[in-house]
Parts: sequence; C-alpha cells; structure tokens
Amino acid sequence: MGGLDLLDIDRLLTDEERDVRAVVAKLVGDEVRPQVAQWYEDGRFPARELAREFGKLGLLGMHLTGYGCAGASAVAYGLACLELEAADSGVRSLVSVQGSLAMYAIWRYGSEEQKRQWLPRMATGEAIGCFGLTEPDHGSDPGSMATRAVPEPGGDWRLTGSKLWITNAPVADVAVVWARVPDGGIAGFLVPAGAPGMAVREIRYKLSLRASSTGEVVLDEVRVPAAARLPEANGLKAPLSCLTEARYGIVWGALGAARDCLAATVDYARTRTQFGRPIGAFQLTQAKLADAALELAKGQLLALHLGRAADAGRLTPVMVSAGKLNNVREAIAIARQCRTILGANGISGEYPVMRHANNLESVLTYEGTSEIHQLVVGQHLTGESAFA
Amino acid sequence: MKTVVLVKQVPDSGAERRLRDADHTIERESADNLINEMDDYAIEEALRLQEAHGGEVTILTMGPTQAAESIRKALSMGPDQAVHVLDDALAGSCAVATSAVLAAALRTLSPDLVLSGAESTDGRVQAMPHMVAERLGIAALTGARKLTVGGDGTLTVERQTDEGYEVVTAATPAVVSVWDTINEPRYPSFKGIMAAKKKPVSVLSLADLGIDPGEVGTAGATSAVVSHQERPARSAGQKIIDQGDGGVKLVEFLASEKFV
Repeated sequence: MGGLDLLDIDRLLTDEERDVRAVVAKLVGDEVRPQVAQWYEDGRFPARELAREFGKLGLLGMHLTGYGCAGASAVAYGLACLELEAADSGVRSLVSVQGSLAMYAIWRYGSEEQKRQWLPRMATGEAIGCFGLTEPDHGSDPGSMATRAVPEPGGDWRLTGSKLWITNAPVADVAVVWARVPDGGIAGFLVPAGAPGMAVREIRYKLSLRASSTGEVVLDEVRVPAAARLPEANGLKAPLSCLTEARYGIVWGALGAARDCLAATVDYARTRTQFGRPIGAFQLTQAKLADAALELAKGQLLALHLGRAADAGRLTPVMVSAGKLNNVREAIAIARQCRTILGANGISGEYPVMRHANNLESVLTYEGTSEIHQLVVGQHLTGESAFA
Repeated sequence: MKTVVLVKQVPDSGAERRLRDADHTIERESADNLINEMDDYAIEEALRLQEAHGGEVTILTMGPTQAAESIRKALSMGPDQAVHVLDDALAGSCAVATSAVLAAALRTLSPDLVLSGAESTDGRVQAMPHMVAERLGIAALTGARKLTVGGDGTLTVERQTDEGYEVVTAATPAVVSVWDTINEPRYPSFKGIMAAKKKPVSVLSLADLGIDPGEVGTAGATSAVVSHQERPARSAGQKIIDQGDGGVKLVEFLASEKFV
C-alpha cells in the first residue's frame, strides 16, 4: 500500500517547507482534530484560544514581514493552510481572515501608526481582526456597496451600512470596513470593536463552517477619527487585492480538506467488508479512489506552481482565480465522491468527510464564487468583461 | 549558564524497524529518523532555563550524516548552536564508547549543565547520562521530573522513582537527565524554523577529539550482537465459545497461565 502522494510531490519541497508543514500538522493534531467534530456539532469553537496557539507558532500573518510577522514564503503559507484545512475549513478560515484579509489590509494599506498599533498584537493572536466587504445585497458585486463614509467637519468620518457573512466578526477586536466615500471611490477604515453605533450579530443555523464564527456587522453612524482611514487604499482594487491574498491560501487549503477525505476513505475502503471482501477491492471503488488521488495530486502541483510564482513575484490575479476555481471545485467533488464510498457512515460526524464536504460548499462561494472565477478567466481569454 | 543538550537521532518507534543482517545494527537509512522523544523535553528545559537565567544552549549530537536533520529540527526550537560529532568509524559504537566520545566533546564545550533525555527510544538503556557524568567526574542527577536552579547556581532535582520522588541537589557542572513529566515541549515557531539553518553547527571528527578510531565503532565495542531473529508472527489466539460455561473456561485459562 502506498501513500496519497501519488506523484512524489513531497520531493519538490525544501526541508524548511516540510518542517513548517510538520509543525502545523502536529499543532492541529494536538489542538484541533481531537475536538473539531464536537465544535462543529455545537456550532461553537474557541477562536480566541486557537488564535493564541496559532500566534505562538507564527501562523497569523506568517507570509507578511516585520511587525512581529514570521516572513515565511508563500509556499510555506500554502502548506500551513493545507494542514489547517485538513482539520477543518473553519479553522483555516480563522487564519486566512486574520492574516490574508485583516492583517494584509493593514500591512499593505495602513499607516505606520496603524501597523504598529495592530499588527504585532494580531500576529500573536492577542487581537483578532475581521474584514467587512460583503453586504446583504452586494456579494459578487462589491463595487456597488451601500455602506457610506461621510466626512465630518473636524476630520472624523461617519460610517453607516451593514456587512454580512463576516468571518471572525463576533470575536474581532478590529474590523477593516470598506465604504464608499463622497467622491465615489472605496476607502478602508479600521473600526475597533465596541465603537459606539456598531453592532455585531453572530449568524446561527449555519449548515457549513460550523467551527467558525460568522457575523453581521451593522454600522449606524459610527464615528471614527481621520487616523482610522487606511491612507494607501484608494478604490476597489485595495479590498480586491486582499481577496487575492486569501484566495491564494484557499488554493492550498481546499486540498487539505480533500486529502483528509481521501485518507479517511482509503482507510475505510480497506477495512469495510461487503460481499466477503474489502470494498477497496472492488473496481468501482478503486476507480473512484484513483480519480480522487489524481485530482488531488494535480491540484497540489497547481498550488505549488502558484506558490513558486508568488515567491518569485510572478503571481497574477488570473492565476489565483484559475487555482481557486480548479482546486475548490475538485476538492468538493472528491469530498462528495468519498462520501459515497463511506455509504451511510459518510453522513456521520464520526468521519470527517461530510463535515469537509459541507464546509467546502462555503469555500466554493466565498472569496469569489466559481462562476466569478470562470468570468475572470473568461475575461482574460476574450478581453470581454461579462460581469462589470 | 552554559547548557549543552545531548540529542540523539533515533528511528521512529511508531514505525517498523529492521536490523541489518551484516552487522546486526539498526537499519537507519530506510527508517524515518526522529529526535529521541525524551530529548525534546531536555531541549525545552534548557530553553526555559535560558529564558529565566540567560546563557546559551548548545545541541550535541553524535551520529551519521543524516543526524544533521535532527540537529536542524532541534535548533528550530530555539537553541543557539550545535556540535555534530561525525565520523565513519563511529558506526556501531557501544554505549561505553559513545559516552567516551560525548565526554570528549563536552570537554571542549565546558558547560555548566548537561541535559539529556532519561532514555532513548531505541536503546532504552538509561545509562548514558551516568556514564558521561562519570567520565567528566561531575554529578549525575538522573530521571528528573523537576529542575530548579538556585541563586548560587545549585541544581535541585525532583528525581522520579517508582514509589514517588527524591529531592537531590548538586553544584554545577552536572548532568541532569529528564523524563517527559518535566515540561511540555514547545512547537518550533516559523521564525525558529527559518532561523535554524543559519545557526552555527560545528562538525567534529574523532581526530578533532583526539580519540583513536579503534576504540569506538563496531571494532571497539565492549559487547557485540552475534545474531538476531525476527519476532515470530503472532499465532491465532484460543477461542472460547460460550455454551453456558464460558465464564468457567475463561477463569480456567487465566488460572492455567497464572494470571489469577
């Protein structure tokens, strides 16, 4: 019996990259895996405690430099996302939103003062951030957002609007809020938790990403000082660049969920006996497993290619769209196919498969739906924008 | 305080291990090699002492080329530097010869404290800390579950025993071996992982240490393995079908095997 690394992709990694992967795998093995099914069942998870554990390692904002961030490579960050999501997409989401959305926005577009105030505490997990772009009526089309920022005579800003499906919002110490300013452009603001006029409601009854905290942020004339505005963020390109960062992590992360499904399923197929033999000895089962392992390996090569391109400064948004489109689509197909091999056991929380499959439904939609990424690739090919 | 931690690379005790037919030594090339588990606790203890009292932490490993991988992993937890005793003549060294090599390397480092795991998961002899201390003529405080350093540099150890624990003290320099009850080793941080490959690792040969190759390795071993055999496959157990007398039969079996 061989491993799941069909193409010996491990050999393409450096010792350092393997060490990073091993330490994340160990951490999630100790701190996440034993409890994640229960968190999922309960619809609650210890975001703050996990953030501190992850912070000790250097996981939060690990691909950023300075301000207490680890300064790791894009490939190392990708491998970390993969191992996190092998435990649960919700746990990877906590890290993605913290590092790639909230911290990246401050790191890339913030003032020196904003960076010093927030990044070191966010890197250790002492402070948690969230990223408010999506609105109840504006998902794939954030450019039409309704949230407004109005300047006050003294230089303050007054923010009014509503942000929905905001990961980490119920536990966040700071929200990066995107709003339209009077000149019609989009600007970013750092709004601390508890700012007068800001209300956060946790979204319940989710059937996906249940080990993740998701909320609605309502801003009713919230006043923030001029210094709360991200000075370098001008226009929609700023939040979209943050999404490209987070999508890159998803390109890897989704494969973690797929790998975990496949590992559980191969194990199941070897031990589950029907008609007097292990179900893994049947041709139909082997065909499903072979296709899954092949797509997993192809996805890993794609992710690694994008990672190497990122580390060489050659990664483009279209490449990331292609990666997210393929890897999440294939990951969810693997999870669903694995579910069929587990039969009735496939729907049980005793196995990770349906939890991953349900989580991937969110991953398929957030950070740009598959359809939007098809349109990004389509625009790249034809020069015609089908969505804007 | 200057601390040296003895770190041994061992084959993964969770995986299948094989002995070579030629010289009955363990097949290391094909095995998954790891840092001896108990040594992780010794490294952690050294780092905690360094955080509290300052000083430097050095890793000392004797082992083949691939032991460099374990040295890098040890350094990723935070120690400052490492010494790798590497020499082809060392292959097959017995515990007595190994202790002579480690002691010679330690003399070049003159540490205040030598920390090690209480045992290795391959040899399980628990003799190395004692032997090294004996050769250096310093105290051995072995099997520690707690270690404290007093203001005057006196070491106090709670020494774990089957019945409870003993409190023993010694002046530095001394050797302290630790059990896994002493602390919870940290995960290497990403910064630690990235810094590890830049940390100095000095490689010492037997010539550097002034040791005659004839005194170590298979040639100089004080004991030799003359043969080995694989453990026979487990045979099927005895099945007792309960026909109303299952309990009696079970007790009869246990009594016949002197379990009850």
